[in-house]
Amino acid sequence: MTPAIGTAERPLRVAVIGAGPTGFYTADHLLRSARVVEVDLFDRLPTPYGLVRLGVAPDHQKIKFVTNIFDKVAANPRFRFFGGVEFSKDVTLADLKAHYHQIVYCTGAQTDRRMGIPGEDLSGSHPATEFVAWYNGHPDYRDCTFDLTQERVAVVGVGNVAVDVVRILCRTPDELATTDIADYALEALRKSRVKEVYLLGRRGPAQAAFTNPEVKELGELADADVTARPEEVELDPLSRAAVERSQDRARQKKVEILKEYARRQPIGKSRRLTLRFMVSPVELIGDGAGNVAAIRLVRNELYATSTGALQPRATDHFENLPVGLVFRSVGYRGVPLPGVPFNESWGVILNDKGRVLDSDTKQPIVGEYAAGWIKRGPTGVIGTNKPDAAETVDCMLEDLASGAVLEPAHPEAAAAEAFVRQRQPSFFSYADWLKLDAIETERGRAQSRPRVKLTRIDEMLTALGR
Amino acid sequence: MNIANILARKGSMAVTVRPEQSIREALGLLDRHNIGALIAVEGDRPVGILSERDIVREAARNETFFVRLVADLMTRDVVTGQPHDDLPSVAHTMTERRIRHLPVVDKGRLIGMVSIGDIVKAQRDHYQGEVDTLQTQLLADEGGRAR
Repeated sequence: MTPAIGTAERPLRVAVIGAGPTGFYTADHLLRSARVVEVDLFDRLPTPYGLVRLGVAPDHQKIKFVTNIFDKVAANPRFRFFGGVEFSKDVTLADLKAHYHQIVYCTGAQTDRRMGIPGEDLSGSHPATEFVAWYNGHPDYRDCTFDLTQERVAVVGVGNVAVDVVRILCRTPDELATTDIADYALEALRKSRVKEVYLLGRRGPAQAAFTNPEVKELGELADADVTARPEEVELDPLSRAAVERSQDRARQKKVEILKEYARRQPIGKSRRLTLRFMVSPVELIGDGAGNVAAIRLVRNELYATSTGALQPRATDHFENLPVGLVFRSVGYRGVPLPGVPFNESWGVILNDKGRVLDSDTKQPIVGEYAAGWIKRGPTGVIGTNKPDAAETVDCMLEDLASGAVLEPAHPEAAAAEAFVRQRQPSFFSYADWLKLDAIETERGRAQSRPRVKLTRIDEMLTALGR
Repeated sequence: MNIANILARKGSMAVTVRPEQSIREALGLLDRHNIGALIAVEGDRPVGILSERDIVREAARNETFFVRLVADLMTRDVVTGQPHDDLPSVAHTMTERRIRHLPVVDKGRLIGMVSIGDIVKAQRDHYQGEVDTLQTQLLADEGGRAR
């Protein structure tokens, strides 16, 4: 009799696409299950950790400590990493179906939402994520350029990406020099002439997504004064009622911090950061030569929807804010994967609790799953992906129990590796990554930095002696 | 987090019924989908909500409740949500007004439904995630190494 799938004789073979936090949490849950599972984790980049390496701000090293947990997952002998191998380019869905019982997409939310306003594509207007990927040494973005000779910059949005961007723009070279910011970004920011930075929120201080530690950090920048407008940090009656009703101390505290910023007098620091609320961009105005010269804002008011949620509504008060550089950070969307049903409304893979659904029948497709941001949309902190991945893995194990898994022609670990090697001979293993990690850390030690990142793929290959 | 993030991982649309359908048909739908409420629609516009409560209330005093119509028993004063409503506000309103099922509409069109259970689960996962992330950072304070 053939042994059951999920036993030592016949392990459940799973391909996880995307080596960000969700990919590791998914692998972790699978490897801890009562079944015998082998996990191959694929990423299109040579390096693992996704946004922990390439999204989390370089001056927030503590958040990156979570990678120690990922390394423990990777140390499991039933785990393998195939870095530099891209889904649909190097390996197709059909290839994976020939080698695995189950496939999990953990590809995140890779594009930014557009503001949908005139002038959005003027030179000097960028998605904030491009700037983030650039300063973090993402191989695909390392050659981007940003005109840091501009003195006035607007960052649209008040989520953590927007706050990271204003903070990096306002930090001094000395502050940045102790981080693992990409070398070329450090050099470019050293020459930055940015003086005025505006953070623009469409709702009020009580609705702002940034956390209290994030907003406090903005008040403690070495060489940037922080300020806000008293009339914009004063709560409107609806927000005041909502804050009082919820007895949410953190939210009350956030408003207090912002009111204190509004009372501050500038003390002559080189840069000034202004936190604005209740304004939405309606147009980017050009200088006639294709560059951003100003951002036109409309003042908003808040109204309560039927559930009591407070949403912004434009008034007829406008203003023009002269700026030469704009970063937009108004939300993110998943990118559809070839051959995988997509839910256009939410920008996620069409799924039910992580089971990928057929677009027509809305019934689960055997063997395909989603987890993390590509499943629920971009929300929550890194740790939020852990329960999310657990929900998907529960579905996977349920389906294994009921026999609803793929029937790969080559369900052997060696066969999978052979086919990856054939498609992408220069793939990166986890052992390769640990070597690169040691090299980066060593390079950092000489400069008292956590690491100095390798940012080109050929640089990484050379470092590995390949 | 908002309602859209809950709908994103709920593959199925809300289960709907027409006001002129019978309670027997409605019970069949509740049973088949293993759910607690149906949204009554005219076209794709929600006009009422029929919960198991509404049916139990009628069944307790009327032996022939099976043949009554959805329109007779449904609640017409329906609170609806919108995709971008934030979860704390929604949770507050549902708790205060004792609402278990919230139809979600976008530009007047029904696009899904969230239950109080969905909201509680989403908030639990949200807090669990925050605790986990904070714990990791505390461990970093104890002299760990980060990347």
